[in-house]
Amino acid sequence: MQTELKTQTAVYVYEAPVRIWHWVNALSIVVLAITGYLIGSPLPTVAGEASDHYIMGYIRFAHFAAAYVFTVGFIGRIYWAFVGNHTSRELFTFPFWKVSFWRELIHEVRWYLFLEREPRKYIGHNPLAHITMVAIITVGGLLMIATGFALYAEQTGLGSWQDLLFGWLIPLMGQSQDVRLWHHWGMWIIVWFVMIHVYVAIREDIMSRQSMISTMISGWRMYKDDRP
Amino acid sequence: MSETFYDVMRRQGITRRSFLKYCSLTAAALGLGPQFAGKIAHAMENKPRTPVLWLHGLECTCCSESFIRSGHPLTKDVVLSMLSLDYDDTIMTAAGHQAEAILEEIVEKHKGNYILAVEGNPPLNEDGMYCIIGGKPFVDQLKYAAKDAKAIISWGSCASWGCVQAAHPNPTQATPVHKVITDKPIIKVPGCPPIAEVMTGVITYMLTFDRLPSLDRQGRPKMFYSQRIHDKCYRRPHFDAGQFVESWDDESARKGYCLYKMGCKGPTTYNACSTVRWNGGLSFPIQSGHGCIGCSEDGFWDKGSFYQHVTNTHQFGVEANADKVGVATAGVVGAAVAAHAAVSAIKRAQHKGDGQ
Repeated sequence: MQTELKTQTAVYVYEAPVRIWHWVNALSIVVLAITGYLIGSPLPTVAGEASDHYIMGYIRFAHFAAAYVFTVGFIGRIYWAFVGNHTSRELFTFPFWKVSFWRELIHEVRWYLFLEREPRKYIGHNPLAHITMVAIITVGGLLMIATGFALYAEQTGLGSWQDLLFGWLIPLMGQSQDVRLWHHWGMWIIVWFVMIHVYVAIREDIMSRQSMISTMISGWRMYKDDRP
Repeated sequence: MSETFYDVMRRQGITRRSFLKYCSLTAAALGLGPQFAGKIAHAMENKPRTPVLWLHGLECTCCSESFIRSGHPLTKDVVLSMLSLDYDDTIMTAAGHQAEAILEEIVEKHKGNYILAVEGNPPLNEDGMYCIIGGKPFVDQLKYAAKDAKAIISWGSCASWGCVQAAHPNPTQATPVHKVITDKPIIKVPGCPPIAEVMTGVITYMLTFDRLPSLDRQGRPKMFYSQRIHDKCYRRPHFDAGQFVESWDDESARKGYCLYKMGCKGPTTYNACSTVRWNGGLSFPIQSGHGCIGCSEDGFWDKGSFYQHVTNTHQFGVEANADKVGVATAGVVGAAVAAHAAVSAIKRAQHKGDGQ
């Protein structure tokens, strides 16, 4: 891989479905985090007849609608991991036994600690990004889907498909209140992730030897030099 | 020998003629042929009323207090006509060895045919010495009585989940019934206490249909515990509208808005309070202006404040509201990002300086 890069200055990395998924996912996460926060800590009380307002109703509707978008996107993304290119599988793999992965991970950490002069070049994710994506987006996303649908099952009722698929999580985690609390913590972890993700994407776009932000728009990874 | 239904009806002044009419009517109502009238009469004359043994472990007797206030059906009808409450050491006339003798007699005579109702739970620490009944640890009495029971009813949150005596740090190791008795069908009727009509309703169902009510995943009767307080709360329209009580005694409180922000646990609590209500349908906590505290939920004592919706987290030694920690950490992440960006910019400037 590294030797191939020598003569290449651009590689087509992210296929259209992956890019579309990324931005749809980003949008749904923004909607989910905001509406989720407002479900936990609702807006100030409004005056007047109850029948004149439906604020919590709309907020919850937006949350559930975005949750379905997120979930369907997640399933679509899994499908694309089977039919897409090599990079599309990165989110669902974790090269735990590969020594070079861990060595390069340390290199990447040192790069962020200003201990390396130069980062390495990658077609897909660098090891640090890879490990974070798997932990937060794949595992974290799955946990948020599972806990979210378990809570959603409380209103669709016993015997609904949401209840049959995810309802068992509630007694497993203690009770409904515990599931809420963990789901809420999940939101904060994703908020922290988004802050770091956006910063790092901008920083690497400027400081690394390859393109970042434009790659998630055009799909092409541009390299700034021809060295390995 | 336990009385039959026929004996009870006769005792309550119903003539044999009326009894037979009743049997014919019942057969007709059920769409059965005339020959079934005789069969029904035979069953009612011969089938003994189901004996119920009611044990008391570590508890506060609030379940019994609730039970005796049932309006539909009246507790008197349940206790005197429907079931044969043969042992209940708190309210029975017999005491001491006499009482314990009745327990043994029922267990011997009705092997596999009596219902065991348990109020409270057994503490297991120090060999069960924290709860002694008739000179022996309660856990022994429970195991003895459970061995030949047809089914067990776990009355209240104590028997169902552990409740206050099992709250952290649980010094007596109070343990809910289903963790001690694992080989019998157990019906959990949680609540602190459970609603009177729910208690008599469950027991009436079991005696009338001679089978267990259908239970949810956690062993609670679906007919009373399949929905949350929130789902049937009369203040739900205020929740959907976004009208909340913001502090006690504010204008919203006076208007009876939703108590969600005051930490009401209605959205996480499975019980029938918002439909059956309490004291003969008079009221229930939310109707009287206070949020639900979630007393029928597992471990409700250890789930943080009754007055917070986003309750404090106790995991990993953190004891703070998730939102406070979340915002604070987001601030730290933001500051770290800014600092990192600044150092990156300086490094880049230096690098540019000596590189090119």
